[in-house]
Amino acid sequence: MPMQPQTPPTESPATKASPSSKSKPDQGGARINASMSPIKPENFGYDQARHLLWRAGFGGTPRQIQALASWGPERAVEYLVNFDQVPGEGVKDGTFDKDIMHPPTAEERAAQAEARKNRDEEKLQQLQAERQKRERWDRVQIGEMQKWWLKRMIETPRPLEEKMTLFWHGHFATNYRTIENSYHMFMQNEMFRKHAVGNFSNLMFGIIRDPAMIAYLNNNDSRKGKANENLAREIMELFSLGIGSYTENDIKEGARALTGYTFNDDAFTFNKGNHDDGEKTIFGKRGKFDGDGFVKLILEQPAVSNYITRKLYHFFVHELPPLERAEDSKLDASIRGSMRDLASTFLRSKYEVRPVLKRLFLSEHFYSPAFMNEQIKGPAQVIVGAMRSLDTPVRDLSILNDALDLMGQNILFPPSVKGWDGGRTWINTSTLYVRQNIMAFLITGKRPQGYDPSAETERYDPMPLLSELKTAEPAAMSDPVKVVDYLLKLTLGSTPARAQEPLLSFLAKNGNQLGSDHVRGLLLLITAMPEYQLC
Amino acid sequence: MSNHEHTIFSRRRFLGNGLTLASAAAAVPAFIGGTADAMLERMLTAGLTSLPGVPDDHILVVVQMGGGNDGLNTVVPYGMDAYYKARPGIGVPQAQVLQLANASGVGLHPGLKGLKEMYDNGMMGIVQGVGYPNPNRSHFKSMDIWHTAETSGTGDGWIGRYMDCECCGYGSGESGKPAKPAVDTGGLPGIAIGRTAPLSMQGRAAKPVSFESADLFRWSGEDIHEALREPYHAINRRGESKEIAADSNAAFLLRTALDAQVASDTIRKAVAQQTLATFPNSGLARDLSMVAKMIRAGLKTKVYYVNLGSFDTHAGQGGANGRHANLLTQWSDAIKAFYADLKQQGNDGRVLTMSFSEFGRRVSQNASQGTDHGTAAPLYLFGPMVKPGVHGEHPSLTDLDQGDLKYKVDFRSVYANILESWFKADSKPILDGSFKGFEVMKKA
Repeated sequence: MPMQPQTPPTESPATKASPSSKSKPDQGGARINASMSPIKPENFGYDQARHLLWRAGFGGTPRQIQALASWGPERAVEYLVNFDQVPGEGVKDGTFDKDIMHPPTAEERAAQAEARKNRDEEKLQQLQAERQKRERWDRVQIGEMQKWWLKRMIETPRPLEEKMTLFWHGHFATNYRTIENSYHMFMQNEMFRKHAVGNFSNLMFGIIRDPAMIAYLNNNDSRKGKANENLAREIMELFSLGIGSYTENDIKEGARALTGYTFNDDAFTFNKGNHDDGEKTIFGKRGKFDGDGFVKLILEQPAVSNYITRKLYHFFVHELPPLERAEDSKLDASIRGSMRDLASTFLRSKYEVRPVLKRLFLSEHFYSPAFMNEQIKGPAQVIVGAMRSLDTPVRDLSILNDALDLMGQNILFPPSVKGWDGGRTWINTSTLYVRQNIMAFLITGKRPQGYDPSAETERYDPMPLLSELKTAEPAAMSDPVKVVDYLLKLTLGSTPARAQEPLLSFLAKNGNQLGSDHVRGLLLLITAMPEYQLC
Repeated sequence: MSNHEHTIFSRRRFLGNGLTLASAAAAVPAFIGGTADAMLERMLTAGLTSLPGVPDDHILVVVQMGGGNDGLNTVVPYGMDAYYKARPGIGVPQAQVLQLANASGVGLHPGLKGLKEMYDNGMMGIVQGVGYPNPNRSHFKSMDIWHTAETSGTGDGWIGRYMDCECCGYGSGESGKPAKPAVDTGGLPGIAIGRTAPLSMQGRAAKPVSFESADLFRWSGEDIHEALREPYHAINRRGESKEIAADSNAAFLLRTALDAQVASDTIRKAVAQQTLATFPNSGLARDLSMVAKMIRAGLKTKVYYVNLGSFDTHAGQGGANGRHANLLTQWSDAIKAFYADLKQQGNDGRVLTMSFSEFGRRVSQNASQGTDHGTAAPLYLFGPMVKPGVHGEHPSLTDLDQGDLKYKVDFRSVYANILESWFKADSKPILDGSFKGFEVMKKA
């Protein structure tokens, strides 16, 4: 792998060729490129590789950015999207205990019935205490799972796999708090990972068999004559079609089709006795549809490709208004054109996600100056992205996981079936301090408020970050302007004067030294910049 | 693609061997003077913390009793034999119960002398038997139900929805569709003292500020080295600039960063004041003294939230004395001091306090001289605006549902009354349904 930069990042030809580099990326009226054609290799430099790494993953180190830049767009996108060619770490069996919340065994049920019959309060209390003990243990396990997933995001060699797992988790949002079964959350998470960039139909057929989702949307309580409409509604409104592409009657009939789709312990079961096998009319078609038949009908609707690619676009490219209040006709014509293009790619590939992402990440549109460094990082993006791009030590995962919650993204506990709203809703005066302070923890080891006030002992050495600068231009290592600009290009993607000035004045007041302490100081200040919340 | 290329994403580990930042420090720059005070002034007068269009004279303080407070040993039904039968080891003897005027058969736990005084001064209202249908005995779940005001326990918080409705026109709950576009509130919709903000204050748009101590509602990088302070403030107090489009995310972040700085200054300056009354030495008293100081400093915040935990008294809870009694005394003394301070400020008439717990406890004591998770319990209101006295009917101690009290008043009808008569808000979209308000406030 070419690890040597061909040219110093600050002066690469691509940087020169790109109109984004000198203009300010957050300036109003920045250009949107309408073209979905592949970006030309000569236009794919440091800025574009950095953008790709942040959006398709969780950012990269200078070395990773330069490697992708030197590969060119085709190979770089291929590498990220065809991640199954990169050896990854599978999940070992037995990582988590699947029996904590097992349904009551025959003996347990008998003991319960016996105690009830005898009005044996003490025994009943003992049984309840045992149950509560298991519930407590399960809450410990869900916490372990959150940390496990966070660690995966930090360490994975396949960033897009975890990023898409996070995308599907927000899309098919299920909250542990409601279902209180950690192993079901784990099974669901593994399903999202397995089909991360695979076929969307697999996820749709998978989700109506998924114990976590079935419990979350009460389909286990749904039966013939008393159909619960929750899953039928959300599967159309939030998971596939979007509001307005189905009728209330489609919900009622779809709910009948889904009756009997339930689970026993950790496995999906079809309860024939609870299933309503009568004739239904869904989207104007008549038949004795079951849940799978219902999903097949949904997947025939043209709205699916538009809805899913719109959501992918929102996640990867540019924040769009929520669908229920969206007036897509008012969007920029090139954005509408690109979404149409992606939707037809999605249809042509029969709902394969990978080709859509590949087309998107290769397109000139994706690298439009208007989209560079203008997305507000989600909380996972903040923490994982900082650790991966600055290569900080892995700090205490409990503290990092708590910080995700404080920043509004408690993974495996999304606030509702709609997932996280994202964008500006991540940011308020309180979360901004959490964001700044968790960066101080990553860089210095100083724990945030409420924890052991001593610092973690593992020190972060930022100097290796500068090795690409050093190789390209050894003299730059003692030049404050060059070091500051190099770090700003890495962290903010640009070098606006308003960011340079306070950093240069910080260095000047401290003797213009550029040792690791001073570089850590620079990184503390940069990561506390409002602009650092963008990628 | 060849295999060895996967190393591109393998994380290299570096052993730290540098000096600490502190040891390398040379100059110690002075803190930028003036600017912060000027902004503080502007904030206090312009009301950056208030939501546009909301009258900001009325304040709600929620004092949560976490863990499930034993209502029967708080407001003691000494007039019911069944009480003493069910609680031979932990019942509060009738002679020690603090008698309440205009309340028959119930009185306050002897640890609640402070609240008894408030009751006698017409500053306390008690609603008996508050709960909800199909009670859930899980701490988590029941707390979520109280916070969301939904029996499913899912969706946004009720206070968050109130804030949303006032500021942004959001509907209620997760299915609520926005009635009009959200606006950036910019400032502080609500303040929770604690590491995390409660679910009840989380709205679609409204997000509360939370901190354990005001000194921590700020950038911790300042503690790493003083030399970072000046450039940090220069960076975060820039506000918007001409080179950035006002509707861009960058401009939004610059505005919020400035808001955060100003809010931090204001809150820390507020909390640095001395209290007017003497507060006892307890966690809750400390938290309420902070709230009192923020109110006195004129913050426009409408809702404050504090928590007193450890009410999960499964074993050795005690009766007239002991663990539970100590908790009650902490609660009582802190609230009494809080109102003494507010009265000296002249703000007592603006501040309504509500205290609740996620559930009460079982009628019968258990084998460990404690009580297990139960259902209905009293809810408490404080302030000169509350309808004083004991309200509602005490649930029967013999007509039980699996050993637990049957509720008499749905907590959402208390919320409805607070929303309607204290905040002058339409409770229907907030509570996702029509709850006839249970009168807990004096008629205006």
